[in-house]
Amino acid sequence: MDFFTIVQLGDASVRMAIPLLLACLAGLFSERAGIFDIGLEGKMLAAAFVSAAVSYTSGSVWVGLLAGIGISVVLAIIHGIASITFKGNQLISGVAINFFAAGLTVVIAQGWFAQGGRTPSLPQDARFNGLDFPGALSRMRDKMQASPGMQFYSEFVSGHSILVYLGLLAVPLSWWILYRTRFGLRLRAVGEAPEAVDTAGISVVRLRFSAVIICGILCGIAGAYLSTAVQAGFTKDMTANRGFIALAALIFAKWRPWYALGACLLFGLFFAIDIRFSNIQLQIIWIMVLLLGCAAALTIYAVRREKIDVIVLGGLSAVLAAVAFTAWFATASADGISIFAALWETVKVPSQLIQSLPYLFVVIVLAGFVGKAIPPRAGGQPYVKER
Amino acid sequence: MDKMPKWADVALVPVVSLIIAALISAIVFVAVGQNPWEALKLMAYGAVGTSDFLGYTLFYATNFIFTGLAVAVAFHASLFNIGGEGQVLLGGLGAAIVVLFVPWPHWTLALIAGATAAAVFGALWVAIPAYLQARRGSHIVITTIMFNFMASGVLIYMLSGPLKPDGNMQIATAIFPEASHLPSLNDIAGLFGSDLFGRSPVNISILIALLACVAVWALIWHTRLGYQIRALGRSESAAKYAGISAVNITMIALLISGGLAGMMAVNNTMGINTPQLVDNAAGGAGFIGIAVALMGRNHPVGIIIAALLFGALYQGGAELSAATSIPVQIVVVIQALVIMFTGALDEMVRAPIEKLFIRFGRSRVAGE
Repeated sequence: MDFFTIVQLGDASVRMAIPLLLACLAGLFSERAGIFDIGLEGKMLAAAFVSAAVSYTSGSVWVGLLAGIGISVVLAIIHGIASITFKGNQLISGVAINFFAAGLTVVIAQGWFAQGGRTPSLPQDARFNGLDFPGALSRMRDKMQASPGMQFYSEFVSGHSILVYLGLLAVPLSWWILYRTRFGLRLRAVGEAPEAVDTAGISVVRLRFSAVIICGILCGIAGAYLSTAVQAGFTKDMTANRGFIALAALIFAKWRPWYALGACLLFGLFFAIDIRFSNIQLQIIWIMVLLLGCAAALTIYAVRREKIDVIVLGGLSAVLAAVAFTAWFATASADGISIFAALWETVKVPSQLIQSLPYLFVVIVLAGFVGKAIPPRAGGQPYVKER
Repeated sequence: MDKMPKWADVALVPVVSLIIAALISAIVFVAVGQNPWEALKLMAYGAVGTSDFLGYTLFYATNFIFTGLAVAVAFHASLFNIGGEGQVLLGGLGAAIVVLFVPWPHWTLALIAGATAAAVFGALWVAIPAYLQARRGSHIVITTIMFNFMASGVLIYMLSGPLKPDGNMQIATAIFPEASHLPSLNDIAGLFGSDLFGRSPVNISILIALLACVAVWALIWHTRLGYQIRALGRSESAAKYAGISAVNITMIALLISGGLAGMMAVNNTMGINTPQLVDNAAGGAGFIGIAVALMGRNHPVGIIIAALLFGALYQGGAELSAATSIPVQIVVVIQALVIMFTGALDEMVRAPIEKLFIRFGRSRVAGE
């Protein structure tokens, strides 16, 4: 792998990470204020559709962006009404918003453009295009022959759309708001101890609504980025679970802005690897070491604990070991070679496994074996004033 | 009278929520240039208009009874199992493996074995999220969502690799052996010379779904385990104080939930006209289960009614989209509205009704 490939991989990671990052920061504001939001996906999807549709109709991508933010904020306020005003179940409200957006975008796209639930392809000037920095090379052939520093500058630093830079700027901005302003202090407090905030004479409802609206704005930008910068138009379910991966990144980041950047870049890298290297091969012996190592670790962890740990983790270890031995013996019998020779054979890692890595990662993080993630204390509970 | 009567809580509130959802859906229809009344008539005809349509409605309702029960059992323990979709897929995998690789002599044996395998696979798929919830406090909602995505990865890998028959282009297993085909209700009706259900795939598993309803009713309200599940759901600290193991009950409730979701595979994998496992076997039924459980107030009778309604909606929506230019996703919109109003905005609907009852109750007492 030469230097330019690494630069390209980094470039793709950033591109893939930006919608995750914006959605992740959106979730961060909401959850730090004590409102769980699994409707990030739905808000992004709705914003993606509306900004593509409005950009196409008006010819101005900025109008489209504003419209996308608008619809996302409307959905955020609905979530707020359900979970703050009527003290409803925040998870159920989020699920409803996801389905609402998934269904309605297709129905309205069909009613509006009649192209099978998508918007027409956006013309070049109704999109967010890449910004070329001064002195940056734009042609692929020039870039490949340039010096490493120039390659890094031209491919990695320059050439992204303005939303990418805005998304990256949102990280220090979020940090500053949350940790250096009075509003941020109160917002964090309302997610930990709303009763204390209420006693101090500050409106819990108003604070939580402002957090939810900030969440809507950021989701709106994320959705607009997908349909007007990454792609030229809206297609059905185009957010492709990014809202949920953003939630996962948020947990991985332990609800902190800078960690969120790291988590989203990591997940972006997973996507970039999956897109660029469709054929990842691994020697059987490494598969065996990896899987059996995990199985052994789980078993050792379980034996000293309670019966339930032994049953579940022991069972999981058995499954992992079974998968390892199946891969080994199946390779041996398929290639017609001896069992031991098969250990050094290479097999293709299923692409489904690579695609599942972010999800698997989250479950491992959530399991709390690697650094426990502790959510805001009042998260998910409606605040009821004492009488 | 200090609170509203039970019938209003059980029936009136969901019906009012449903009416509000229907009104908003009507606005959506108007927005895309469709007369809502015409659309409703088309959907009603599409749901029950012919024997084929009626059969499909019942077929979908069978799916939704299973997933609705799954969500409801978890709800009774205050757990939100949003992973029905993944558990259904894994259940399908279990049923497919058992039916494909064992030559069952008769469909009854295949049914028992397939149902057991489907339930076991579904339950195992929720075992790790359940364990993480019970022992490590990881949120069940996030872990089950992640397991949904992984389940579709596992299924597509299995269907495009190990379980793919040679020379088959479709991402699906081979068609199950003839002897394991479940009799459809039309076959049974045919014995009495009737053609009630046409060529629809509604089959014997609807009876299993109804049996599951009875079993869940008995479990939740008439066994010690059910009492423990409900006690844990009401108050974890009180349940612990009463000597109920929160870890064990959380595990058991979720395993039952996953097993019920997995058993849907009997209907949508073994029971269809060409029994085989396809890549989108769940078709959103795991999520519709949430709406069904919420609307059915987590009670088996309510779940049957809600499942029939959603079955009709699903089938009627498919016919509507075939007849007009409205895409089938309109069903998802209505589903979202039902979840919103019967789930998250429940208080918004309930409070005014409750207030009305209390006011009229008082005035009657004062009048007497």
